[in-house]
Order: sequence, then C-alpha cells, then structure tokens
Amino acid sequence: MHISLTVNGQPYTVDVEPRMLLVHVLRDVLDLTGTNVGCDTSQCGACTVIMDGRAVKSCTVLAVQADGSEILTIEGLAKDGELHPLQEAFWNNHGLQCGYCTPGMIMTAYYLLQTNPNPSEEEIRHGLEGNICRCTGYHNIVRAVQEAAQRM
Amino acid sequence: MAEKLLGSAIRRREDPALITGRAKYTDDLKLPNMAYVAILRSPYAHARITRLDTSKAKALDGVVAVFTAEDVAQSGIPGQVPVGWLLPDMKIPTRPLLAQDRVRYVGEAVAVVVAEDRYTAHDALELIEVEYEPLSAVANPAKAVEEGAPLVHDDAPNNIAFDWEIGDKEATDQAFANAAHTVSLNLVNNRLIPNAVEPRAALADYDPVSGRLTLWMTTQNPHIHRLLMSLASLGLPEHKIRVIAPEVGGGFGSKIHHYPDEAIVSWCAMQLGRPVKWQATRAETYLTDAHGRDHVTTAEMAVDENGKITGLRVHTYANMGAYYSTFAPAVPTYLYGTLLSGEYEIPNIYCRVVGVFTHTTPVDAYRGAGRPEATFVVERLVDLMARKLGMDPAEFRRKNFIPPDKFPYQTPVALQYDSGDYEKPLNKALELVGYEQLRREQEEARKEGRYIGIGLSTYIEACGLAPSSVVGSLGAQAGQWESAIVRVHPTGKVTVYSGSSGHGQGHKTTFAQIVADILGVPYDDIEIIQGDTDEVQYGWGTYGSRSAAVGGSAIAVSAQKVVEKGRKIAAHLLEAAEDDVAFEAGKYYVKGAPDKAVTIQDVALQAYLAHNLPPGIEPALEAAAFYDPSNFTFPFGTHVAVVEVNPESGEVNLLRYVAVDDCGHVINPLIVEGQVHGGIAQGVGQALYEHAVYDEEGNLITGTLMDYAVPKARFLPSFELDRTVTPCPHNPLGVKGIGEAGTIAASAAVVNAVVDALAPFGVEHIDMPVTPEKVWRAIQGAGN
Repeated sequence: MHISLTVNGQPYTVDVEPRMLLVHVLRDVLDLTGTNVGCDTSQCGACTVIMDGRAVKSCTVLAVQADGSEILTIEGLAKDGELHPLQEAFWNNHGLQCGYCTPGMIMTAYYLLQTNPNPSEEEIRHGLEGNICRCTGYHNIVRAVQEAAQRM
Repeated sequence: MAEKLLGSAIRRREDPALITGRAKYTDDLKLPNMAYVAILRSPYAHARITRLDTSKAKALDGVVAVFTAEDVAQSGIPGQVPVGWLLPDMKIPTRPLLAQDRVRYVGEAVAVVVAEDRYTAHDALELIEVEYEPLSAVANPAKAVEEGAPLVHDDAPNNIAFDWEIGDKEATDQAFANAAHTVSLNLVNNRLIPNAVEPRAALADYDPVSGRLTLWMTTQNPHIHRLLMSLASLGLPEHKIRVIAPEVGGGFGSKIHHYPDEAIVSWCAMQLGRPVKWQATRAETYLTDAHGRDHVTTAEMAVDENGKITGLRVHTYANMGAYYSTFAPAVPTYLYGTLLSGEYEIPNIYCRVVGVFTHTTPVDAYRGAGRPEATFVVERLVDLMARKLGMDPAEFRRKNFIPPDKFPYQTPVALQYDSGDYEKPLNKALELVGYEQLRREQEEARKEGRYIGIGLSTYIEACGLAPSSVVGSLGAQAGQWESAIVRVHPTGKVTVYSGSSGHGQGHKTTFAQIVADILGVPYDDIEIIQGDTDEVQYGWGTYGSRSAAVGGSAIAVSAQKVVEKGRKIAAHLLEAAEDDVAFEAGKYYVKGAPDKAVTIQDVALQAYLAHNLPPGIEPALEAAAFYDPSNFTFPFGTHVAVVEVNPESGEVNLLRYVAVDDCGHVINPLIVEGQVHGGIAQGVGQALYEHAVYDEEGNLITGTLMDYAVPKARFLPSFELDRTVTPCPHNPLGVKGIGEAGTIAASAAVVNAVVDALAPFGVEHIDMPVTPEKVWRAIQGAGN
C-alpha cells in the first residue's frame, strides 16, 4: 500500500507492506541509514526519530502509522551546513564513542530540550531513560545535553 | 610549526560522520542484487535433531535458498570454528558451522535462509520443520562436573575442558598452615552479556570469476577473522579473502571472536554467487555473542601476626559454555590466575582453574577478560581480612602494597610488574572522596538508621597484549605484535596504516596526534587507515587495552623511522653530515645554523622525485614497523564507590564514584576519561544490575533488554576522575592502556561499598548482581 510522509522536509510516497516498520522505510527504502536498530523490544532507543514533534522509536511504529506525518531524523538536524547545537555539544563533550546509539540519543535529547529547555542533571538522566549507551557511561552525554541547553 | 598534540584534549575527528548519520555500519551497506540471510537457531539447550525438513521454507515466494549442515558438508569446505588458545591436556571438541545431529545450546545455528528481503528471510525460518529429541542439560559449571551430570561432549568426561594451575601449591598450603589469621569466601562471578549496541552483522560478496570473497563485518580484528575463515571455516586461500570493518558499533570483546554465523553468511555468498547480508537481532545477540565471566570460586587469604599477607589460595570453576569460543581458554587462566597478586606483596599464591563445558552459549573475553574476576577475588578478600583484623581497609592495603622501590617486581604467578606506585592513586582518591570525613558521616548516619558504605578497589591490570613469544609459550595460536606503515606522500601529506581496528576508541584522532608530533606535520595532513585486510599489512586488532600501547607504539616507531630516513636525505640536500642535522617540529636543520633547513615536506618531494638522493637511499618516504612489546603494561589505580543501602527495601543507591587511574602518559585526556567512564558503567552494571541467568534446562531467561538490565542514564552518577602518571618504561610512548581499567576496578569497589554499608548487620559478602532481594536476604540471613 502507498503512504505519503515528509522526512527532513522532503515529501515521499512509498509502497510498503502493511507490516513494514517505519525504521525499515527510512533505512532500506529511503536510504536514510543514520537511524540505527539496536534491539527488537523497544528498549535501546537507537532508532529514535521525531514524528510530528514527538520522539518515537521507529522500530515500534508501523510505516502505515506514519502516513501523512512529518519525520525528522538525524540526517535532517544540521541546517545549511551548520551542525545543530546538540550535535556540536556531543562533539565538544566526547558524548559518543562508537556512535551507534548517538543518532537516537541526539533525537531524544532534541525532544527533551523542546519540552524542557533547561533540564537539571536529574531530568536529563530521566529524559534519556529510553536510550541505551554502552560506551560512555552517560557522563559526557549528560554534559553534552547541558551544553546544548545553554546554547539553544 | 605544529603544536604539541600528545596530551591535548582535542575533540575527535571521527565524530562529524557519527553525529550527522553519515557513518556507515555494516547493515547500512547495500550491494546490487543483494539478498538477506536469517539463521534458524536451536530452541533447546541439548537435543538430538531427528528430522529437518526445509521444503516448505524453500517453496516460499522470495526465498532464494535454505541450507543445512548437510549442504555445508557436501560443499567440501573445512567448515570448522576453531579455538585459538591451547592449554595442556585440554579436550577440544569440534565446533561446526551448523549443528549436525545434536544441538548443545539454545541459539546454536541449525539452518540458514537466504531471501530477497529481510522480512521474507525471517518468515521462512518459521517454515523450517525441525523435530528435536530433547536431552537433559546442565548450565551451572559447578553442577556440570558432578558425577552423572549430562555430558556436553561425549569425549569430555565430567564435562571437564581443562584443569589448569599456577603457583606453588605446597608452599601456599604451608603459608596457610602457619597463618595467624585466614579468611575465605565462596563467590559466583556472574555471567554477563556484552551488549554492544550494534548487534553483529556481515555482508559477504563472492566473485566466482576471481575467486575472491569480500566480507564486511562487525569485527575488532579483521585479520584474525580472515585467517580463521581461510584456515578453518571456508578453505579459501588467505589472499582471496578481504575482510573489512566498516564503522563498528562497539564490541567490548564480543566482536573479537570468530563465530559460525559470519562464516555461514560468507559460505552462502559463495554458493549463490550473489551478495548476502545478515544482521543479527538483539535476541540473537543475547543467544550467540560470547558471554563473559561465569565463575564459581572458593578463595582464601592468609596473613601473619603483623597483618602481612602470606598466602592466597583460589579454586575456580570457569564456565566455557558448549564449545570453546576463540580465545576462551586464556581468559580464566592466563588472564586471571596471573593477576591474583593484585597490588600486593603475596609470597605464596596457588590457583587452580577447572574449565567446564555446559549447555550454554560459549563464554569468552568480555571487557577486562579475567582481570575483573581476579580483581574481584583479591579486593573482596582484602576487605574481608581488614575487617577481621579490625583495620581500616585503606590502611590494610597500604601495609601490603608492593613498595615503589621493589619494581620490577616478580609475582609468584608469572608476571613481572615493570613499574608501579600504588599509594599515589590511593592517597589521591581518598583525598578526592574526602575519606576521613566520609567515615565520620557514615558513623553519624548509622545512628540515624541510614547505611552508607565506602568501597575501595586498588586494582592492577596486565594489558597491552602482549609479547608474542610469551603468549605463544602459554598456548596462544596468535601473535600479539602490531603493524604500522607511515607513508609520507610527495606533497608531504601522510597516510598511516594501522593494524589496530578501532570501533569507538577514537584511534583516528589519537594516532594522528602521535604522528603529528613525531613528524611535525599538521594534524589535518594525516589520514589513519585501519580495519581493512587489503589496505593494512597485518594486524592483530583492538582488544586487551592494546591499541595505544602496541598499535600506537608501532606507529611511533615507524614515524621515527621516517624521520631518520628523511634525515639522510636532508643531510644530503643540506650538504651536511647526518650527525649534524637536527630535526624539530617538521624541520631538518644544520645544528648551529638553523637557517640552513629543509622541511619534511621538502624532503618528501625530493624523496619521490629521486633526482638527487644520497647513495644507497631508496626513493619514497615511508616506513613500516612491526612492534612486538617486551612486556605487558601494568596500569593501576584506586577506585572508590560510595553507596547508601536501604535496609528495608534492599535498594542500593550509588551516591558517588571516584576513580584515580594511572595509565602512564595520556595521548588525549578526553578519550582516556571517556574510556574510564564507560568502563566504570560496565563494572557497576555487573555489580548491581547485569546477570545472564539460565534455568535448569539451559534456557536463557534473561534473553532481552527487558530482562537483562544494561545500566541506563539514571542508574549512574556523574563520575569524579583524576590521574597519576607512571609512564610505561618499555614502550616509546610510555602509555599503558585504559580501555578496561574502569571495568576491572568497578565491580569490586561497588560490592565492597555495599558490604561496608551492611557491616553493622554482620554481612560479609553478597554475590553480584547485588539486587535489592539479595541485600534484603543478606540482612535477614545475618540474623539482625
């Protein structure tokens, strides 16, 4: 069946199986491979994207549910060659190592800062609870979100 | 002039691709006409396969092929998954690519589907009909050696894989007989699952015309995989295989090993003549990535009347799982027994380790690999003994530390520590945490019914693996040197080829820092190439905290060779004697006449033009080094955990975590601190949250991220870090490695803190993970 969606400002119409997951449309159909898949139980958050303004785990959204929606992925975050403050802050603070969780982590942080522009450390740690990072121990991720909050 | 970069906290050059989604991991790659692989896995821990029918799966629309062990056998390939470390008298069962007639753990591969898309491949798995005759199974290593336990391999009686010992048994027994005091401890070192956030994956492309296989895979060591694919699994000549590590999403050991799966994927590509890709699900990761730890241990410590440690005696059952994973036999033996001296002068040590087969996923190196287990044993015993003697745990450690003037120090368990100054990080950590004040607060809190605990872990590790002849004499079927080529191009730009294979460690940044300083060329003029067997001469890869100490040293040596070759050419150009030519910050000049100079870039161009080279000097400007370290490196430090335990609920709250590490010279503090943070998180994870649990039938009952608690952001505090610097005396950079230190230290620090908190209840030990239930039971059991 056909669905229409806007991803990073670009409209698409794609033919999908009813059971196809949004993350596979992004990755396999649209070749937007920045969004990663780390689990099959919606725990790790590596696949997090922004759908109609809210952070969703795109491995848990059927593509058909995204029909008519607006999606923002990691590829759409930098504007006019300028990194988003969150990207810059993750870079400055060594908020990533292997980088696999990073797109999802940044998108969750993006949503967190939309809803709470000045979060405390506690609120940041709670806000990131749906995203697992195995490399950083979260220390520098928290620093990165704090720095981004100040710059935004 | 280039600035000094060694020691600078510059942000990583890896990051722009990773933070914008442009980096390419294995599953991001697509080739024309590519098909997808899914693997059928045994649902039983132990069973006989009585019927296997793939016809319905084959008939499904979109299925390209379905293969079983029979097809693999008919293809005539060697089809083996070998073990890469041999111990005396060990039993070596055959490990096939696909199970033949018997399965020995849940998750063992039974059949493979290739289909036009991912979804169809997984659909087809459900159409494969397998009949199993379930057999009884055993998962616990201590139970597996009991008389009458179900056998994993018919030719390994009592499931004993090997029986290994180190140290002097007689002398140690004597030390215990003469001891003023002894303590003993029965403990389980909990089985862990590495959980790199990127599950394993492989993309194989075979060209039947050239006979060449290209394999992109999630690997920490592409050359080891090429070697084992060639020798044992596929039988393709080594030069006809190219293994590439694209971006790799973490490993922690789990991507060192040679598994059946990537070989099966390669074999499918060879059978079909079209590219095929496999991406493990997280569920597959849980069942098939080599697990870590899983020891059942009895350990004892003896002291004399002065509180000096006189003996350590350890007996461990180490779970190997159903087959040996690649380096599994080394982990609970040479990476464990040799570390039991810790930071202490212990004249008598004896350790016996029985490796045991069970009907579980194979166990192998996971971050720290043997050294966290050893540290846990030693640091728990030290705390127990301090308590028994009524001494402060910091004081007891101080009393027994190997003093700085005794290095190099020969332990009774084979290692010779080259350097160390253990009181420095201890003192710094105690100061940072405010130890005296904390002890007073602990006292006050207890009066209010609040239970605060302070746990120390004064650890040592042996890393920078390792002198090849030494590991060879201990059974390694691998070398442990590292290669580097530093190539200066005609324009003076530089490409470095390294045998290390980073997967999150920031090698491209730190290695470029090393080269920039030695060659005196701008950092941005240096490119680092790694992780590709066609580009890199050879490499043993990235694990065992070896990349800076061994891979970095190889780069430093080859860069220095480039400088020396350049000096000959420069001397010729400057019409000076070679000895009179100095090199500084990228410039060769005549000593005493700094204006008479040529840059390394000038020299590079002349080296390539070769119009005017000194006699006997070959054109071009590059050098190779194959660096084999003369010893392990020995990072050390002190970690302090502060916890509060709620005696009603049993909950443990990690309040603070202080780490003072000594990894020698630091190339990039940002990266060193990041490694420590991540290492601590995994050690805290083991101490408080993580446990791979098998039931009696050998089912993994913690097989998802819902059941196996990987620490989340809110489980951890911010960490308080500091360093001391005792350079490694035997490598050119004075670096020691920091990848595993946090994990090695942390679990002991946290458990010591919990047990310290519960001292008023008489609790002496709680096995990891220290869950609220275990804490609560320990308090009840202690009779208060």
